[in-house]
Amino acid sequence: MNRAIADALAAAPERGVQEDVMVLNMGPSHPAMHGTVRMVLTLDGETVIKCDPEIGYLHRGFEKQCENATWSQVFPYTDRLNYCSPLLNNFGYALAVEKMLGIKATDRCNYIRTILGEMARLADHFTSLGAGALELGAMSAFLYAVEARDHIWDLVEEVTGARLTVSFARIGGLKEDLPANFAERWEATEPRLWDVIKKLDQLSTKNRIFMDRMMNTGVIGADEAVSLGFTGPVLRSTGVAYDIRKDSPYFAYDRVDFEVPVGTNGDNFDRYLVRLEEMKQSISIIRQCLKGLPGGPLNVDDPHIMLPPKELVYNSIEGMINHFKLIFEGIQVPAGEVYSYTEAANGELGFYIVSNGTGKPYKLRVRPPCFYFMGGIDRMIEGGMLSDIIPTFDTINMIGGEVDR
Amino acid sequence: MGVDIGVPGVVASRLETAVNWARKFSLFQYPFVTACCGMEYMAVACARYDVSRFGAEIPRFSPRQADLLWVVGTVNHKLAPHLARIHAQISDPKWVISFGVCASTGGFYDNYATVQGIDKIIPVDVYIPGCPPRPEQVLDALMMLQDKIQREKWDGPRAASDVAPAIAAVPA
Amino acid sequence: MSRAALDSLVAAFPQHILETTDRLGDEVAIVAPAGLLEIATWLRDTPAMAFNMLSDVTAVDYLARNPRFEVVYQLYSVSKKHRLRLRVPVGAETPSVPSVTGVWLSANWAEREVWDMYGIRFEGHPDLRRVLMYEEFEGHPLRKDYPMQQSQPRMDLRRKERDAVEEYKTLYVDKLAQARKAEP
Repeated sequence: MNRAIADALAAAPERGVQEDVMVLNMGPSHPAMHGTVRMVLTLDGETVIKCDPEIGYLHRGFEKQCENATWSQVFPYTDRLNYCSPLLNNFGYALAVEKMLGIKATDRCNYIRTILGEMARLADHFTSLGAGALELGAMSAFLYAVEARDHIWDLVEEVTGARLTVSFARIGGLKEDLPANFAERWEATEPRLWDVIKKLDQLSTKNRIFMDRMMNTGVIGADEAVSLGFTGPVLRSTGVAYDIRKDSPYFAYDRVDFEVPVGTNGDNFDRYLVRLEEMKQSISIIRQCLKGLPGGPLNVDDPHIMLPPKELVYNSIEGMINHFKLIFEGIQVPAGEVYSYTEAANGELGFYIVSNGTGKPYKLRVRPPCFYFMGGIDRMIEGGMLSDIIPTFDTINMIGGEVDR
Repeated sequence: MGVDIGVPGVVASRLETAVNWARKFSLFQYPFVTACCGMEYMAVACARYDVSRFGAEIPRFSPRQADLLWVVGTVNHKLAPHLARIHAQISDPKWVISFGVCASTGGFYDNYATVQGIDKIIPVDVYIPGCPPRPEQVLDALMMLQDKIQREKWDGPRAASDVAPAIAAVPA
Repeated sequence: MSRAALDSLVAAFPQHILETTDRLGDEVAIVAPAGLLEIATWLRDTPAMAFNMLSDVTAVDYLARNPRFEVVYQLYSVSKKHRLRLRVPVGAETPSVPSVTGVWLSANWAEREVWDMYGIRFEGHPDLRRVLMYEEFEGHPLRKDYPMQQSQPRMDLRRKERDAVEEYKTLYVDKLAQARKAEP
């Protein structure tokens, strides 16, 4: 619909559109553009006729860098793809290499990955909703959301030792098990998160200003969204219930009960509601996983993949050689290619990996969900008002590290 | 700076102290946020760590209204001219904090795309290591900058010893 | 499940499919560039296929092989929930494949990125320009023969890390000292 208005405006010489248009440059250093996107806008008054987004201001050579790192050294780079939810990227990459190696992570590992992954999703959605509200002028929602995120990060820090860039996953397992008192700590954190979700809901959902800015802005239709390669909450807001956790379950998602919220209009408000509902589902998934957390080993039992325990490394020659070979030569991944996909906070996070049978990836392509949002954002913006760019840009949750890699 | 105030030395040095004191507690920040460190910058700016306790209140998103430039995150060659321009647009006196290893040295992105430290483009006052640094470390860096501002002399813009960059301590 | 899709694709276009595999559970068809557009349209429009989403487009540079490049398309069907991968071999001299922007909208930016990173042209693309790198950049960084650390700065960089100190010294401090000395 937006595209139709834009076309009509551009093809209306009697209104003097062509004479009156103004070209406006927005970004890259603009607070609403997250510092890494530039938009060249053609405006007729306040209506956007044409929008040409330019990305690449955070391109840091992820793929080239990974081609020169061993399979395990890639983990820190994946942390910094979607830096709102590093754990999900970690697990997505680990799953891809495991698929290539033909191994399956243990039950316990899958459950813990699900728990931590959903925590990362919660943190991501808190950031996204909070920042979105901030940029529409609601500072208090942002302060609450960041506080909630800090509660999650406190837990993440207890498990992984880092707040943000965790590098916690390993090929075939995890760095460590959950701490003994994790369930109690979660019990203590959960009511605080509910509290903030409720506050966000109260502050925003029925807020007249918020509704006016969000409803019927940045609209995209279901067919167009699918063709544009949209996934995640943005696609679900159009009514397409595409969620990889349901459609091709991985980790422990086939053993938990959750719903996939979908919207109807495909506008900013629906995307906001979908994210809000997903957070509630995430908390429910974490509860179920903690309840059903199985015992047993954490990591796969294969010396070609997992590092030996430190006692063996220091006290036995076999252990030391094993350690040495895994660190210096890397895990030997058989030649071949694989495309593995997980549901990250923004949508389908795919890893297309080509190995030539050595310790380093020959090619490591990330399919970032945000890249395709940016490729189609002009269709959501054109025909709308200049001020609608801000909520649209926020609800697609553009993350520079992921778009530009 | 480099103001010729035309008053006797002793008055000038007292005035210097007073003005530097005022400057260090009214830092107007321009967050040049690009990457992952921005997440920690958000944490620093929000309620729990609350950077405004140190006189650095609400961020200004116009270089004309700011005097402290935070470069938060990786800067690549595509973005470099924009950073240089923003730095030039900030009026003197101005200070620069390089937030995180990517901004300080390029970090572990040693490749065709990334600038190996923003000091290749603009002068830096305080470097904060860490990927990303913890909020406590950021607050430490801010206090270091305040110390530095307090020590600034007015004969000449900034004495070379003051311009020499500081590096925020890594917590044990 | 998608093995059936792969089989019917081979049955429909035996002349264009060079090879198929389903190793590690991923169904792959290697397609000759000449047949790509026809196959893409067929895959999208045939009800039994219904590949309505192009998840990703990328390329791989097999430097030693002939043909050197391979463009890789990841397809997904939202309604049928099956996946398929197409691989299109491309030669090293003036590498080019037909663009599928007319079939899937997501191909627009994805193909721009492949052009940017690998220098593979997409014939019929409406707006083929760089997307991640800047216009002044020469070469294509993800090609295996592009050195990892060869940067192409857009502006003059300081040579030394401590140039900041030096610059202030020569610009202001030394000049001021000279001016003072010159005063009577």
